[in-house]
Amino acid sequence: MEIKDKIVPLLQEQFPETNFEVTDFRGDLKIKFDASLIVPVSNFLKQHDELKFNMCEDVTAVDWATKKKRFTIIYHIYSLENKFRLRLACDVEENHPHIESVVPVWKSANWYERETYDMYGIKFDNHPDLRRMYMPEEYEYYPLRKEYPLMGIPGDLTLPKK
Amino acid sequence: MEKLTKDDVHPSIVKALLDQETNITFEDALENEMILNMGPQHPATHGVLRVLLRLDGETIVAAVPDLGYLHRGYEKMAENMSFYEFIPHTDRLDYISPPANNTAFCLAVEKLYGIEAPVRAQYIRMIMTELARITSHLVAVGSLAMDVGALTVFLWCLREREKVLNSYDIICGARFTTSYTRIGGVAADMPDEAIVIIKDFIAQFEEKLDEAERLLNTNRIFVERLEGVGVISGEEAINMGLTGPNLRGSGIDHDLRRANPYMLYDQMDFKVPVYNEGDSLARYFVRADELRESCKIILQCLDKMPKGEIMLNSPKKVLPRKTEIYTKMEELIHDFMIVNFGVKPPVGDIYSAVENPKGELGFYIVSKGEGHPWKMKIRSPSFCNLQSLGGLIKGHMISDVVAIIGSLDPVMGEADK
Repeated sequence: MEIKDKIVPLLQEQFPETNFEVTDFRGDLKIKFDASLIVPVSNFLKQHDELKFNMCEDVTAVDWATKKKRFTIIYHIYSLENKFRLRLACDVEENHPHIESVVPVWKSANWYERETYDMYGIKFDNHPDLRRMYMPEEYEYYPLRKEYPLMGIPGDLTLPKK
Repeated sequence: MEKLTKDDVHPSIVKALLDQETNITFEDALENEMILNMGPQHPATHGVLRVLLRLDGETIVAAVPDLGYLHRGYEKMAENMSFYEFIPHTDRLDYISPPANNTAFCLAVEKLYGIEAPVRAQYIRMIMTELARITSHLVAVGSLAMDVGALTVFLWCLREREKVLNSYDIICGARFTTSYTRIGGVAADMPDEAIVIIKDFIAQFEEKLDEAERLLNTNRIFVERLEGVGVISGEEAINMGLTGPNLRGSGIDHDLRRANPYMLYDQMDFKVPVYNEGDSLARYFVRADELRESCKIILQCLDKMPKGEIMLNSPKKVLPRKTEIYTKMEELIHDFMIVNFGVKPPVGDIYSAVENPKGELGFYIVSKGEGHPWKMKIRSPSFCNLQSLGGLIKGHMISDVVAIIGSLDPVMGEADK
């Protein structure tokens, strides 16, 4: 049995009450589930003897510009042993968007989550050092949100004195 | 020398620099320990990387990298342009190896469209990618040597790189920002003249490489400045998300060309160099060995490359040929639609990653069925590799910082996007 077919049954067995929405588009397996479960699911995927998703490659978000479930947080994780990449997805709401940080599971998520916070304003709870990644610290907008104009907002960046 | 004030360093960076458990205030810190600002304008940071160092004497107690000085908002721009329009922008990501970025992006879009380039185009792309790897590693090795004081090797490496850029000139018409690949193929066929140049280059390259390596590997200053400096274990490297030569320098045998072969890499015979030490010297050795492997791959590609089409003939998804646009109505309409509105891909999201010279370059594209991506995320290897910098330089001297940055080989165009 291939690794691709194993993941979902194993997850369902471990979390019987959770609804896992599985999509397979162009060979990319994506699993969508409730945002509150992100840390236990990540821990399970990392520590399971067969799966061993030991590398977190990327964390990002998608802004759907809708009233409900505005953002989706996307995690790309990779299993070096199985040479397989998996995509996890969790929806969060527009009003106070937040999700538990996965830094305790994968250290590399630290900067990825900071970048996501910088670009989308999504708070990662219990993140060790949630600062802006690219933009200045006092910047008040989130550039990759859909309402942010492409040309930028004139006068939003304070220039250095002198 | 002026004292740093609160206006120079943002309080949140200071907080990250002085761990929570230390209760020294900012003013105290300046008197007992020192905070040194390195960059963004520093020749050894390979661009505009800023690192804040907290020093006890000359030993680094903590370090906080500060990114964003080259942030151009490519991900935002990508959401507002068609896939074709974004190809030139990929040149400016990792500006040391543009053809590799072009290829990575086109592979991602092709995965979304569900098309594949013709065989000859794939071979040409592989040759270009490997040439890009050679130029990138030459710059990496050369500038690492320069950072620790061996200027000769830097000049020799750039001299070799110049020969590769000459072949770019003939193949793509540009030496640097190539924009060579197209969705469904490449922009122009590889002329025989270029093949001769590439073969000539490889024929003499081995010897030149040996020459440069003799100068470095037996150089006591070079070896001692790198050996045991910036050590990262294999497990920690995976945890920190290192990819590319940096990961292979820590004893992890992971190369996407081998692990998840794309294009025709599964038909190529090449070794994946792995070193177990995990220090800066091991990372240098990996790059030096990869230069030789890339030459092997290019020679195999040149041998096996068949004659044939270089662009997919599928006018609904790929730009039609110019001769057909001028003579046929259908093709003219498709060309107009593709240029103005882009090709409509199916709804869905894909992630496509390739092994770039720096590591894993991935594109995550979300499509809503429009001619432009709804969201495009660039997973850039330099950004992820830089994340380990803070941990690597802890406990070392200031002069080791340049050696470690050089051995990680970040390119800020890619890290800042």
